[in-house]
Amino acid sequence: MTAYDAIIIGAGHNGLVTACYLAKSGLKVVVVEKNDWIGGAAVSRSLYPGFTYSNCSYVSSLLRPEIMRDLELPKYGLQILPYEGGAVLQQDGGYLAMYRDHDANRREFARHSKRDAEAYDRYSRDILRHCRFIRPMLMRTPPDPTSFRPRDLNELMYIGKKFFGMTETERYEMVRFWTMSISDYLDEYFEHPVIKAYLAVSAIIGTALGPMSPGSAYVLLHHYMGDVDGNIGAWGFARGGMGSITQAMSKSLAASGGEIRAGKGVDRVLVKNGRAVGVVLDGGDEIHGKLVVSNMDVKRTFLKTVEEKELPAAFVKQVRNFKIRGSSGKVNIALDGVPKFKALPKDSPCYRGDLHFTDSIERMEKAYDDWKAGRWSRDPFQDTMIPTLIDPTMTPPGKHFMSCFVQYAPPKINGGEWTDKDRDEFGKTVINQIASYAPGFKDLILHMEVRTPRELEREVGLTEGNIFQGELTFDQLLFNRPVPGASQYRSPIKDLWMCGSSTHPGGGVMGAPGRNAAAEILRDLKKPLPMSDAYAVL
Amino acid sequence: MNDPRLHFKKPLLTSPFHARTSALNKLNSWGPWGGYTTVLAFDDEPMEYTAIRNQASVYDLSPMVKYKIAGRDAAAYLDRLMVRSVAKLKVGHVHYTAWCDDGGKLLDDGTLFRRGASDFMLCCQERHLPWLLDSAIGYDVAVSEISEEIAALSLQGPCSYSVLKAAGFEKAAALKPFQMADFKFGKSGAPTISRTGFTGDLGYELWTSPGRALELWDILFEAGALYGIRPIGTNALNMARIEAGFIIANMDFITAEHAVRGDRARSPLEMGLEWMIDFGKGHFNGRRALLEEKTKGTSKWALVGLDIEGNVSAEHSLIYHNKKDEVGHITAALWSPSTKRNIALAMMERPYHAERNGDLWVEIYASRELQYHKLMVKARVTPRPFINLARRRAVPPLNY
Repeated sequence: MTAYDAIIIGAGHNGLVTACYLAKSGLKVVVVEKNDWIGGAAVSRSLYPGFTYSNCSYVSSLLRPEIMRDLELPKYGLQILPYEGGAVLQQDGGYLAMYRDHDANRREFARHSKRDAEAYDRYSRDILRHCRFIRPMLMRTPPDPTSFRPRDLNELMYIGKKFFGMTETERYEMVRFWTMSISDYLDEYFEHPVIKAYLAVSAIIGTALGPMSPGSAYVLLHHYMGDVDGNIGAWGFARGGMGSITQAMSKSLAASGGEIRAGKGVDRVLVKNGRAVGVVLDGGDEIHGKLVVSNMDVKRTFLKTVEEKELPAAFVKQVRNFKIRGSSGKVNIALDGVPKFKALPKDSPCYRGDLHFTDSIERMEKAYDDWKAGRWSRDPFQDTMIPTLIDPTMTPPGKHFMSCFVQYAPPKINGGEWTDKDRDEFGKTVINQIASYAPGFKDLILHMEVRTPRELEREVGLTEGNIFQGELTFDQLLFNRPVPGASQYRSPIKDLWMCGSSTHPGGGVMGAPGRNAAAEILRDLKKPLPMSDAYAVL
Repeated sequence: MNDPRLHFKKPLLTSPFHARTSALNKLNSWGPWGGYTTVLAFDDEPMEYTAIRNQASVYDLSPMVKYKIAGRDAAAYLDRLMVRSVAKLKVGHVHYTAWCDDGGKLLDDGTLFRRGASDFMLCCQERHLPWLLDSAIGYDVAVSEISEEIAALSLQGPCSYSVLKAAGFEKAAALKPFQMADFKFGKSGAPTISRTGFTGDLGYELWTSPGRALELWDILFEAGALYGIRPIGTNALNMARIEAGFIIANMDFITAEHAVRGDRARSPLEMGLEWMIDFGKGHFNGRRALLEEKTKGTSKWALVGLDIEGNVSAEHSLIYHNKKDEVGHITAALWSPSTKRNIALAMMERPYHAERNGDLWVEIYASRELQYHKLMVKARVTPRPFINLARRRAVPPLNY
């Protein structure tokens, strides 16, 4: 039986990124995937003839350009199609659009509030300031503030220098921003409810917080610091669906000599004398390797695939306490044509962007109240798009794929498991909401896939269906992610590593956790790092 | 296109003069300014510049951001906002002013028109409605954005008065610089004419309603035929404004609300605007910070005029002391056709603007048929404006 240098559990984007870097460095690498397909949450599957869905994640912006460059993803077929803007459809029949064009956007805001139209520049400036502070940290291992190792001290100094390099006002503002609710934050800039509603969405996507919960403002940043081919803040569709990202990664991995074994999951990690030495697959096959890297979330890794007795009790407790509450569902729809939204002019570019149906922060907060009560939102908010309006490769001609991200959906319904009936009712809630803005919508539906937190956990492996492998709240970021003392991709078990979104800098199809983990592993092995330096933020 | 939702099809507005400017824009050279599409050059940039200095030129000023500020407390409110004393601005007069954030950093500069005791118009480069409204709390004042409600032309050049006279506005002869008055216009209505401009030459700005824009344009061009009147684009105007030593927000300094890097904002003391600050008028935005900056001498930068050796324009160049230490950069430059000097506006680190300005060098990358030659040429700090024309001030205006 072959012994590998590294076994990666899970062929999600971060697992593949780690695998690619390790393979490029000359390690013998295998990626083990429980599903018959690869991709984790960056996956495109065909569930209805002729249609490809982006089943989980649906847009790309955060995927680090350094990773695309190192792994030559464009060469292996990856294309990101930036989309332009979006809209909130209002209950009164109106809408607010967002456009990439600065002047169109200002004039659109001015339709709702002249004041807000002129406030947007300062808002963008302030958000950009926060992004410039956080962005360079994405591709750095967080320093452990309790350590005296030179590298930790250096990294702490780096952050300290950045912080004290700001003006006093910037420092005050930054600390406030990290801890505020997005609702309070937007109130400081804007007056019109629908403008605030549009801008708040990025702060609660994937997070079991409401727009009025403190800490939600930071999540906004997480969605603003990406780019598509250098277009800062832009989001795009991966041509062919989000699975194209992981497909390109798998080709890059093959070119570096790495292997993928799909179809059998890992039952448990083999630990001998406190060291990880391999994995046992479902069915009993063993794979041996010098080190094991888990792309699974921290709970699944340490509470389900490692025997508790191998771990320090304090660590297990911290992992149990890690917040990874599911908050969202996903409805993927095959459409017989383009729905007609009453509010939008027929040639509006918003059809090709993100559509929302929640026109005030209060409605979003009420949707969150349902989540707290243990039920899905009766009036959910959606981040809905039709990628096939700019990527016709995913459907037959004239047909379309609609991706609906839906929040809130709790991990349990009134304390019990989701049932199929619950799932179908949840799907109906979403469809009814869309249909109330687009008459005739229901007649266009050819097929739909409804995914609640139950399906996300069962199929993708995300505990409680949390799309970020753990919430992006300030108590779970930087050196506290996933848990204090384990922020540097290592675990209490020697040679067992973490590379998933549970680690710094967190979720989204970013790849940074995977790359940072690979860098730590290769440093430990004293191997050269086959990666370009992170681009400087100038 | 009357559906206000359809602006995404044409994000930039067209000015009320668009029918005329687009017909005359032979180069089809357009650029965005303040949300409008504006002409960069009509047909021949050097000739357009020549019209400013030797004949009569017309520049479409409509995209300028404009606010109406009116109400019982309007003057008090503006005095609280502006670094310059608004109490001293007489009705029927205009002045150049600037305003700061609480840290004493420039938010913008612009011109303030006092149309009545309690009726003002503020013209500027950037948009400030939230700031203007927030600052109005406690004042009996109404602030509204009126940019699209006013069409404006800038008529500049030695013959500009002659054109006005021929157009029937001969009474404009009485206007002193920075004065304004309403004039009879065609059968009815009254354009406001102010003796203001951005060229450092004799010149006027004419303000009317968008509905009468084309009529005003036609009157001027008909009257100006013998005076070589010609429309000018932004590029030619920029040449004249550098000679006149005028600064532009977000070209010569970053406005405080746009500065992503907090240390990029500049104070009026650093921008050479100290002359307009009235510390004695009572409290105004940024006063405490500015007073401290002034008394402690903590200004870091200074905008100065430079006279540079040779005739290669030094745009975007860095400035060195002793050919070695970087001490500043050029914000605007040209070889000045009027003065035949190679001039520039420069942002200098103190004290290289004055006490230590004896050994300054400008590094210019001169493109000579696609090959760049690096020049290190001597520069001297020189007073602004670079040109100072008597005709700009003469009352009544000289007859050309």
